[in-house]
Amino acid sequence: MELCDTPLHLLHERRVKREISTEEIARSVLERIESVEATVNAFITYDPGPVLDRARQADGQLAKGENLSPIAGMPIALKDIFCTKGVETTCGSRILKGFVPPYDAAVVEKLAAQGLNLVGKTNMDEFAMGSSTENSAFGPTRNPWNPQCVPGGSSGGMAAAVAAGEALAGIGSDTGGSIRQPAAFTSVVGLKPTYGRVSRYGMIAFASSLDQGGPLARDVTDAAILLEIISGADARDATSSSRPVPEYARLLKTGAEGALKQRKVGLIREIAGRSDLHPEVAAQFAENLQTLASLGAEIVEVSLPGLEHAIAVYYILAPCEASSNLGRYDGVRYGLRTDHSENLERMYKNTRQEGFGAEVKRRIMLGTFALSAGYYDAYYNKAMKIRELLRREFAAAFDQVHLIALPTSPIPAFRLGEKLDNPLQMYLVDAFTLPANLAGIPGISIPGGFTPGGLPLGLQLLAPHFEEQRLILAAKAFEDATPYHLERPQLG
Amino acid sequence: MSGQSQMEFETVIGLEIHTQLATQSKMFCRCSTEFAAPPNANACPVCMGLPGVLPVLNHRVVEFAVRLGLATHCKIRLDSQFARKNYFYPDLPKAYQISQFDRPICENGWVEIQVDGNPKRIGITRIHMEEDAGKLVHEGADRRATYVDLNRAGVPLLEIVSEPDLSSPDEAKTYMEKIHSLVTYLEVSNGDMEKGNMRADANISLRPAGTRELGTRTETKNINSFRFVREALAYEIERQREELLAGRPIVQETRLWNPASKSTFVMRSKEEAHDYRYFPEPDLPLVTIEASWLKEIEATLPELPDAKAQRFREQLGLSAHDADLLVADRRTAEFFEAVVQEGADPKRAANWVMGDLAAKLNEDKTTVTDLKFAAGGLAELIALIGEGTISGRMAKTVFDALYETGQSPRNFVREKGLSQESDTGALEEMIDQVLSDNPHQVAQYRGGKQKVFGFFVGQVMKASGGRANPAIVNGLLKKKLA
Ligand SMILES: [Zn+2]
Repeated sequence: MELCDTPLHLLHERRVKREISTEEIARSVLERIESVEATVNAFITYDPGPVLDRARQADGQLAKGENLSPIAGMPIALKDIFCTKGVETTCGSRILKGFVPPYDAAVVEKLAAQGLNLVGKTNMDEFAMGSSTENSAFGPTRNPWNPQCVPGGSSGGMAAAVAAGEALAGIGSDTGGSIRQPAAFTSVVGLKPTYGRVSRYGMIAFASSLDQGGPLARDVTDAAILLEIISGADARDATSSSRPVPEYARLLKTGAEGALKQRKVGLIREIAGRSDLHPEVAAQFAENLQTLASLGAEIVEVSLPGLEHAIAVYYILAPCEASSNLGRYDGVRYGLRTDHSENLERMYKNTRQEGFGAEVKRRIMLGTFALSAGYYDAYYNKAMKIRELLRREFAAAFDQVHLIALPTSPIPAFRLGEKLDNPLQMYLVDAFTLPANLAGIPGISIPGGFTPGGLPLGLQLLAPHFEEQRLILAAKAFEDATPYHLERPQLG
Repeated sequence: MSGQSQMEFETVIGLEIHTQLATQSKMFCRCSTEFAAPPNANACPVCMGLPGVLPVLNHRVVEFAVRLGLATHCKIRLDSQFARKNYFYPDLPKAYQISQFDRPICENGWVEIQVDGNPKRIGITRIHMEEDAGKLVHEGADRRATYVDLNRAGVPLLEIVSEPDLSSPDEAKTYMEKIHSLVTYLEVSNGDMEKGNMRADANISLRPAGTRELGTRTETKNINSFRFVREALAYEIERQREELLAGRPIVQETRLWNPASKSTFVMRSKEEAHDYRYFPEPDLPLVTIEASWLKEIEATLPELPDAKAQRFREQLGLSAHDADLLVADRRTAEFFEAVVQEGADPKRAANWVMGDLAAKLNEDKTTVTDLKFAAGGLAELIALIGEGTISGRMAKTVFDALYETGQSPRNFVREKGLSQESDTGALEEMIDQVLSDNPHQVAQYRGGKQKVFGFFVGQVMKASGGRANPAIVNGLLKKKLA
């Protein structure tokens, strides 16, 4: 296995023992980018220039015997939804092309404090709206496991980069599954933390009450390392939690053996029998449940009747918030402004007409409509009520079980263009991920097998609010018991 | 038609007053609220609405809202909520204003105003917190260039919405003055009208006298002074009256007051009214208030104008009119009290504060907080008059000196030799001289022409260089002429 395909924490152990240098690691990643990026298109912005310098700097610190963060100098990527001071940040949109933020997102600051070596900003569905990364103004990203297939979305560029060895790990965002679903489609680990665990400051808003940043990584340990770095209270985000941050990475030092022993793992009755569940997904999921059982877990059925409405609720609330959040892209202060508009109103209309893609416009219209006078009660208010109901159903379920297990996505990665003309079908892809966002609970997707055709599948685990440790320990136990995370895609 | 033209109407007015809060920093970021800074000097990523930024509530704003809510007898909501008011305009960087909608912080209160000497309660529907927008600056000969100044964007405001309880422009003005008085007493706003610290929108409708059903209303915006509230309302009432008398229905619309032309004109019709698509602000948690904190705030409220006026009437013997005038401005009332505390007679002190002092302050466009002298100075001046050292006329000169330089009145009088001539011996000499110089007038007076008396007083005053004590002169003259 090449360096660029190796988990970050293992590379760190080896460089601490002086078996390899950070520079060698960085070179390996840059070479991989050179060879596969033309196919994958994982990055919107990619700047190899300072990457080696920063790696050498880490090596210099190591040579001096300094205690180095595992991520210091390691090539890491960021979804292009995080504002980076002095580095173009587009959110996958033409309307922000050329926008260079004057400030760093909170997540970026925290990573920088640990010696971030940013290799690039990854591709995404425009404003994180999509499940395939096809809605990017910068061309689609391709799945390293099969370039004819999408990598999932909206953090598809990030997931593909980690899967293909173009970055060791990175930070994505998840509003309805945008970390977990692409992680599943590319056989990497993706963790969506509890809402409020990670500051949203500087992460460009899609749906404020659902958005949450989180890691995408090679394995559970890497995800835990990154989660620990980016978590914590932030005075600039009133919705961030002041709960102390557990030492997630340290949890795993002693191993995850026995993490699932005599633990109850919930199986959602309403999902098991779904007709839209792909048979290959169903089969692999059944096998994964057996693995969990073999690790000592007791599989218990739980019921979440509200889940039936989750997609409808999500596709009302997220567009409502988005329609408001995206109002600021008006051509007045930054980003795109179309020329030759005869008056202010035309300037607004022309700019937004040219700047936004079809899916973004669709959701702005949906949200604007649902919030309009006379419709608010029927849509927004009702959706909020069902959201609250769902939250309570999850709480009740977690009174019975320690964790809930379900497939990350009802289907494996699909072919490019396959669902582009059918937005409703595309929305169904999020059916198993968006409930966690509505409830605000944490969820993780880990490599959970492959289809007979060789496409990755994910196993998703959900836990109660702020119980990321449970997720990490259980996921690590599953990872240790299965070979899936060791597989790497073979790209030309 | 003649029946129509004799028709009497009742006016129904409700005011929405926006008052800027006296916080050091903005509502959702740490930018300064300083007035007249260079354009965009007080702007940061948050108040510029850059991608990814989030609002963080300045808790002083909540405290100020609660203070005003308690002072206006409102019910304080312990879990109020911010909402987004969505619309596009270049001075609104996020394309939404963070405001409050269905869960405002204060509701169902009232204030009392005096109407023709009688108290009248004006209901307060609600008070809510919201951020201000920026400002557009138009430049160039044809004003084709427009610039956006975001210094004001995010500055905290309270919107105070009254019930439609006001029946005339005068009542509306009195009510607005009352709110101004309250916010300055509570120190939640500087109340600086020149800097736009207080602006009002007025909802106005007419209905046939004696009927209950409300007529169609119009909203008049951009009323930013006490004078304008009266002028704008008077204009709009007359306009509506003429429409109704001519048999034309009132059109529900938003109008703008133009102080230059002293008229209102249509800004937008009902059809063009915005749908603001309010929804709860997801970036901010509920504003939760502890009952204990509420009690703390209540305990620290200052004496409010109504209570102060009552005390001035009952303890200091002022008339209701004087008391109300004095308490309207907290600083003035406090200065007055300080003068009384320094031993001055309350009525004299009130006259000086509301008379000469107010005139000077008004002339210089300054306030009682920027005086060159302390309350003791004015008390000293009042004492000099009371003890007869200076005459009322001299007092004006002494006051001018006090006002301009802050010099102690007693020192000033001594230095300038201004003290009043009360020495009867010296005065008698002067009087004798005046009488012997004017035998004709003496004959007139003795012949019954009483008016000539004033002439003698004037001559004596002139002879003394204005220093003669008029009371003593009067007595002596009467004796000599008897
Ligand atoms: Zn600011």
